[in-house]
Amino acid sequence: MTSSDAVTDLIRARLFPFPHSHFLSAGQLNTPDALALLDLADAMVGLSRQAAKKTDLLKGRTLINLFFENSTRTQASFELAAKRLGADTMNMNPRTSSVAKGETLIDTAVTLNAMQPDLLVIRHSSSGAADLLARKVACAVVNAGDGGHEHPTQALLDALTLKRTFGDVSGLTVAICGDVLHSRVARSNVALLNTLGARVRLVGPPTLMPADADRWGASVHHDMDEGLAGADVVMMLRLQLERMSGAFVPSSREYFRFWGLDAARLAKAAPGARVMHPGPMNRGVEIDSDIADDPAVSLIQDQVEMGVAARMAVLASLAARVDNEGARR
Amino acid sequence: MSPRPLALTGARLIDPAEGRDGPGWLLVKDGRIADLGAGEAASLPDEAERIDCSGAVLAPGLIDLRVKTGEPGAEHRETLESAAQAAAAGGVTTIVLQPDTDPPVDQPAMVDFLARRARDLNLVNVLTAGAATQGLRGERMAEIGLMAEAGAAYFTDADQVITDSQVLRRVLAYAGGFNALVAHRPADPWLTRGACATEGELAARMGLPGAPAAAERIGLERDLVLAELTGGRLLADQITTGAALEAVERALARGVEASVSVGIAHLCFNELDIGDYRTFFRLNPPLRAEDDRRALIEALRDGRIDVVTSAHTPAPAEDKRLPFSEALPGVVGLETLLSALVGLHHEEGVDLIDALRPVTCGPAELLGLPSGRLAEGAPADLVLFDPNAPRRFDAAQLRSRSKNSPFDGRTLQGVVRRTMVGGRIIHQA
Repeated sequence: MTSSDAVTDLIRARLFPFPHSHFLSAGQLNTPDALALLDLADAMVGLSRQAAKKTDLLKGRTLINLFFENSTRTQASFELAAKRLGADTMNMNPRTSSVAKGETLIDTAVTLNAMQPDLLVIRHSSSGAADLLARKVACAVVNAGDGGHEHPTQALLDALTLKRTFGDVSGLTVAICGDVLHSRVARSNVALLNTLGARVRLVGPPTLMPADADRWGASVHHDMDEGLAGADVVMMLRLQLERMSGAFVPSSREYFRFWGLDAARLAKAAPGARVMHPGPMNRGVEIDSDIADDPAVSLIQDQVEMGVAARMAVLASLAARVDNEGARR
Repeated sequence: MSPRPLALTGARLIDPAEGRDGPGWLLVKDGRIADLGAGEAASLPDEAERIDCSGAVLAPGLIDLRVKTGEPGAEHRETLESAAQAAAAGGVTTIVLQPDTDPPVDQPAMVDFLARRARDLNLVNVLTAGAATQGLRGERMAEIGLMAEAGAAYFTDADQVITDSQVLRRVLAYAGGFNALVAHRPADPWLTRGACATEGELAARMGLPGAPAAAERIGLERDLVLAELTGGRLLADQITTGAALEAVERALARGVEASVSVGIAHLCFNELDIGDYRTFFRLNPPLRAEDDRRALIEALRDGRIDVVTSAHTPAPAEDKRLPFSEALPGVVGLETLLSALVGLHHEEGVDLIDALRPVTCGPAELLGLPSGRLAEGAPADLVLFDPNAPRRFDAAQLRSRSKNSPFDGRTLQGVVRRTMVGGRIIHQA
């Protein structure tokens, strides 16, 4: 299958020399690379929107999804992205063993490596797991979320969503609200949004804010109204329900009262402000359904669509690099 | 609220907030202090009702940050009404209830409930402290934000020590986000387990299980470091030892937002008072050595104690007529708080203005209350008292339902002539 329509031509034209062997963190992207990756991802959107959604950029390649932590939507998004690029995909969902996690991970990596995949997408509950894997395998590794560290493709899809909504990410004021402490999404977003020239605010209770978060290149606010004032984008984070019964937050009703997003609170943000959420949402806890489902305000569905495009851009960039390097070890 | 303005003349005005102590007058209008000045009043409104104070002290009504009643759950010990009447008789115009009731005050509905009950009584100002943790169990944070919105004055687990440092750290951090004050009674929970007296020669001779006084400082140092770590506001509650005061001094020098409260009994009594096993001297924390009491007096004299409380803890006979170690700790103190402070003036030479600071502007500043000072526009919450008049104190005459006062039978100085809340006279003698 050879596709040569206008969209695939555009995609090929936007491929650029990606300088990294792996995609492990949003922080590894410099501004020109981040912009080029977003342009490529933007072109990928066109492919997903036409009837013939498949191209042969990754024809013959093998991608393995290695999800130690369950995530239906992220795994599906990677799988679809790979398939639309013509790759063969396989999903593995090993149980995370509570003992000797590192050993299990490396053993698994060595086994998989022997199968000669080209792309390995990993999600793991331990920070640094993707880096560890990258050092043990010969193929390109994509971090699909490692513990409380990073989720770089989420940051990329969020940036793509913003770029398509506002035209430019630079100059936007983005308020990231909620459980920043445990959020890899927040960490990746702070890094990439800073790289792209946005102003970032972190908003949440002190118990859910990492120590010295104000040194990340973001301002820290414990008062939601203050944190939202004049923001162009309100990015809500998911709060695990088990953290809302007194350990970090007294109760879900108190959380919603002070840090939940409803129409009244959104009115504190800039006129025309848009709302994002990485999903899955706790409706009525961190976000009111009226907001989440309002297409004039919510970008949540756009984020899901942009997820596939952003991941296609990452996979294509890494695969193109393998092409340039010629045959692997 | 008096429809006519009220002029109090010929008083000795004492206002620790402004450092004022001298003859003067004060005009009350619409429930607030409308004007005041030194010496003779130049011109007072003709329609004003006049009270000649005859040289008695006119001071801001007392604010007592630590009051227990039995409501709800143990009304036989004390009701809101009996506690409010005791407060009025003692010149106390604002009381802050402790959350260790049954059920405990650990959610906003309880704060609302008590506020409504107090409004119906319409006597003294009644505020409620909210629990810091659910059920005061020291495990999970209570709804600090919602309770603060409902009007909770500060947050505390009352006599319970929060042993889990992670929990106290998060309470301090979380409450700090609302700029709320957290009061915590410092004590090492293991050193103090089972103790009912201060470890030492006396307790040993009496055969009472004692805890070292240092258990207070050990607990406090941790609390202060957690306050430093989180930037939270900590009230080191019911401090009893000189070593603990020094620990607070060191923390303040590091920039920690710490303040100190002391129970009035620890300023007036020492461990020798438990000598004949009198359970009215069984306190928690227990009475200390005289050196520690002297250290507290010195701190009171030079303004290092932010708050003095009555630590009003009603306990009827069935809770006190028991062997010392089995008796419920605590004493009533609302009606004797002012007299006891006046006693420190007469017996220890503490200036009245210094004795009154931690029951007026000290607590008012910590809680951000508009009262606790003699200032134009402030609520006319006032006490008029004769600091020299003696009275023989008979606990049976207490308005409190429980009569567990350590002052029973003693001669006290300092008689409350009038107590005013919002310009309304609620007690007169």
